[in-house]
Amino acid sequence: MKFSERWLRTLVNPALQSAELSHLLTMAGLEVEALDEVAADFSGVVVGQVLSVAPHPDADRLRVCQVEAGTGSPLQIVCGAPNVREGVRVPCALVGAKLPGFEIKKAKLRGAESLGMLCSARELGLAEEADGLLLLPDDAPVGSNIRDYLHLDDRLYTLKLTPNRSDCLSMIGVAREVSALTDSPLSLPLITPATVSGSVIRNVKVTDGSACPRYCGRVISQLNHMAGTPAWMTERLSRSGLRSISAVVDITNYVLLEQGQPLHAFDLGKLSGEVQVRLAKQGEALTLLNDQRAVLDADMLVIADDHGAQALAGIMGGAATAVDENTSEIFLEAAYFSPDAIVGRARRLGLSTDSSHRFERGVDYASTRNALERATTLILEICGGEASPITEVCGILPERVPVSLRTARASKVLGVALDDAKVEKTLDRLGFTYHRDDAIYRVTPPSYRFDLNIEEDLIEELARVHGYDNIQAQAPVAHLNMLPQPEHQRGMDDLRSVLVARDYQEVITYSFVDAAWETDFAPGVQSVALKNPIASQMGVMRSTLLGGLMDVLRSNLNRRQERVRIFESGRCFLATEDGYNQPQRLAGLVYGNAVPEQWGGVARNVDFFDVKADIEALCWPNIARFEKAVHPAMHPGQCAEVWLDGVRAGWLGTLHPQLMQKYDLDTAPILFEVSLPALLTRTLPSHGEVSRFQSVRRDLAVIIDESVPVQALIETMNAAHIEGVAEIALFDVYRGKGIDSDKKSLAFRVLLQDTQKTFTDTEVDAVMASFTDLLKQKFNAQLRS
Amino acid sequence: MQNLDTIVAEALTAFSSASQGAELEQVKARYLGKSGLLTEQLKQLGKLPAAERPTAGNLINQAKEQIQQALEARRAMLAQAHLDSKLAAETLDVTLPGRGLGMGGLHPVTRTLARIQALFASIGFEVAEGPEIETDFYNFTALNIPENHPARAMHDTFYVDDKHLLRTHTSPVQIHYLQTNKPPVKIIAPGRVYRCDSDVTHTPMFHQVEGLWVDEEVSFAALKGVLADFMQRFFERDDLRVRFRPSFFPFTEPSAEMDIACVMCGGDGCRVCSHTGWLEVLGCGMVHPNVLRHVHVDSEKYLGFAFGMGAERLAMLRYGVDDLRLFFANDLRFLKQFN
Repeated sequence: MKFSERWLRTLVNPALQSAELSHLLTMAGLEVEALDEVAADFSGVVVGQVLSVAPHPDADRLRVCQVEAGTGSPLQIVCGAPNVREGVRVPCALVGAKLPGFEIKKAKLRGAESLGMLCSARELGLAEEADGLLLLPDDAPVGSNIRDYLHLDDRLYTLKLTPNRSDCLSMIGVAREVSALTDSPLSLPLITPATVSGSVIRNVKVTDGSACPRYCGRVISQLNHMAGTPAWMTERLSRSGLRSISAVVDITNYVLLEQGQPLHAFDLGKLSGEVQVRLAKQGEALTLLNDQRAVLDADMLVIADDHGAQALAGIMGGAATAVDENTSEIFLEAAYFSPDAIVGRARRLGLSTDSSHRFERGVDYASTRNALERATTLILEICGGEASPITEVCGILPERVPVSLRTARASKVLGVALDDAKVEKTLDRLGFTYHRDDAIYRVTPPSYRFDLNIEEDLIEELARVHGYDNIQAQAPVAHLNMLPQPEHQRGMDDLRSVLVARDYQEVITYSFVDAAWETDFAPGVQSVALKNPIASQMGVMRSTLLGGLMDVLRSNLNRRQERVRIFESGRCFLATEDGYNQPQRLAGLVYGNAVPEQWGGVARNVDFFDVKADIEALCWPNIARFEKAVHPAMHPGQCAEVWLDGVRAGWLGTLHPQLMQKYDLDTAPILFEVSLPALLTRTLPSHGEVSRFQSVRRDLAVIIDESVPVQALIETMNAAHIEGVAEIALFDVYRGKGIDSDKKSLAFRVLLQDTQKTFTDTEVDAVMASFTDLLKQKFNAQLRS
Repeated sequence: MQNLDTIVAEALTAFSSASQGAELEQVKARYLGKSGLLTEQLKQLGKLPAAERPTAGNLINQAKEQIQQALEARRAMLAQAHLDSKLAAETLDVTLPGRGLGMGGLHPVTRTLARIQALFASIGFEVAEGPEIETDFYNFTALNIPENHPARAMHDTFYVDDKHLLRTHTSPVQIHYLQTNKPPVKIIAPGRVYRCDSDVTHTPMFHQVEGLWVDEEVSFAALKGVLADFMQRFFERDDLRVRFRPSFFPFTEPSAEMDIACVMCGGDGCRVCSHTGWLEVLGCGMVHPNVLRHVHVDSEKYLGFAFGMGAERLAMLRYGVDDLRLFFANDLRFLKQFN
């Protein structure tokens, strides 16, 4: 909603400066999005009349004009505007005038003296662009100050209204609000029935009374189709952002702005038969005023004649029955369409009009006829003609049910002590009618308010008028209870800290990804597509975090970041038979040098086992188990599943060489993705006895087939549960000289520890012998000598 | 006894010319060893008359003592010199950089979310979560936004099928939580939200933090108190001015928009605050009775307030980031500034 302050002040004129008025509106919930001056700051410009125009002797494009500007004698002014001609009245900046950015001085232009400047709208800050002088009406008083003549000491308010305040989508609505907030009197235009001198009646038939509870229309004949819109009206319209089109259309727009009631004028000659208000037939076509051909749905309300739909009710008129420069007879419509019948339809057709915007939110159903009378009066005044009687069809109008309001409840909700006197004063100022049953007010909302249905709505009204700023902020009072702190769980923060300490940078990528990433990193997964993606490369919901991480890798490599260690946590999305699975995961990608480039060491690329250690750290103190696995995006020989507590929690691996090539990478990134819930549980620590006796260490080196995984050996030895064995750990892997090529040598450290005694050599030898036997038996392991 | 003095003098000279520990010990043997000069002297004592023995013995012992002391002193000196040279050889350039892994860091939005959570946790708010693919019911209907409500047009919604959408706000978590928890309830719900909108000031995905407090004695005045306190703590400015303006959200009544005095210009007006001196940072209000009704909470007995804020917006203001889109470009050079 955009309007001129001058216009508003004709309706209500509180003793407030513009900035104060703007603040008042904003703080009452009618946010002033912009407060702009109508014109730039300038002075010394008057109405001038061009008396004569002569060619400039030395310049083709310049003219030498004699201009009467009320200064006593005509001024010679050189002008280059294409539209300068004898007789026109235009703004004339006199010598000494201050215009935006420059001052007018006596000058010589190509040898011709010039005592001023004739101005365009752009030069006065009235428009962004202009293609010639601003031509003023022929009756503009020569010599008068242009700021006074054009009412340029005015400001434009742009309100950003919330959808509940449709009542303020009109000048009288805003005025009513200002009056309530400032307790200053309203002076609204007096509306009386227009003189009826014609008798042409068009029958109106409303077939859906709930969609259109009130329809008023009348014929106005013998219009002067040459009539122009008066300047005061075009000024108000243009300051509300509306262009002047023709007198009749301008008047309907003006009444829309003033009263908030959308109107529509049909060219009567183009309407055949009775006016019908009905639902569209599915697929019925209608060419709208903007030349858009709309194909209608069966829930769209239309105004039709014998030939079919002629207007989209409450949204836009049709091209076939539009008024034009030859129209001399109209059928003028003012109706109340219920919000339910309008809402959503315009959007479905890609439209948003001043009319649909208002009907969707609610138009005052009690003033339909008033608005029609107001428009009729203006038309008769401006275009002449004869008005015929109004045809009104009324169905079941909305009913305003009284809403209860308790002072005590309002005080409690707001945290402010209100009393009955204050409540009543506020209701009075808002113009609400009410009566009192014991301690309860029964408030009947006015017909222009569509947002007052429950007590809380009225409490908000009390708060608004009281001023939100005048409600004293309070520290809350609450019963204190400690929050649970489950120790067998940890937060995502802990995991992030682990990764950050291990040189990982967190990233956040979009949850919707390129479908190609899904094909690359999660082939065969049933991913979730968006019906209305914002861009084709953001068309599906990620089923893995990998695509996003690979994208971050690539964009950073393009920015010459050569070492990339990143992680992301968040939901992934999978379609299931009965809905959507949205697991939370943590994924990482590591690329480039194992450590930042530094002195005193040999640079090497990060490898599988570096990242495996990171995962082990993430799982700690739980011990993860790793098993060789196959993942389509990973190197088949360098991929493992991560198991925690017998549950497959995720996997890690080296990117498949084919994908390396596809993504143009020199070395292979190592990637991992783990389920979050699995990482977030941990076991509660518990105490075990610490031995006072020395532990004994023995090493065990065996030669074994290359294909046997280390884990199998360790698990076999652990599974033997030999008394006193405290730890079995691998400390060396050897391949090469002295070992067959299909074999490897593994060296284990075995720690023996008893809480009651120190082991004897004999006992230790026996333990080691049993391990040797076990490994020989199960894996054909040879003791390495 | 001239002989003894000579021996001592010789010994002292010999010790001081010994420059290595081993050499010193060899020199020592010459005087104090089993067949050393002084040992020989002692052996000769028996040949002296008995009356002279004590005096002579005494003189020999004095000489021995002198030599012993000189030896110890020389030993200590050589040991110190040895240590000094070893330490000198081991001296490092301590200004060389440390080695090993570097440190990573958190995304600025995560930092901001963590900060918000910590502040609310300090007055007892628990963290709640919800799904990001939501049903129409949780995202709209249960929040008092019926089908065709104009408020739906304000949410440019991504749909995945006829009934499912990407949540447009974190408010649905209120519903999930109240379906399984009875009041009193005090939660915040941080998370990703999605709107089909992309330009300089909008990204199709961003983060919100929803807050909800339902109890018997909760008021609009308390809402103002909690949120003003929060903003002052978040920006670490005790004198940060705030204001609340009436607004509209279908799921709160009364509703308010919260502004803070521009943290960039202090309220004088600048580009960031569009020269208004104020920044819109948060929407809030008293929970609408229809919302409580949807989750079977007695709206006469219980009152609640709710609020929702954008994490990116707060991060931008807190850290002076001037382009929203930087958060999702994931340029490591940008991200590392927040470590």
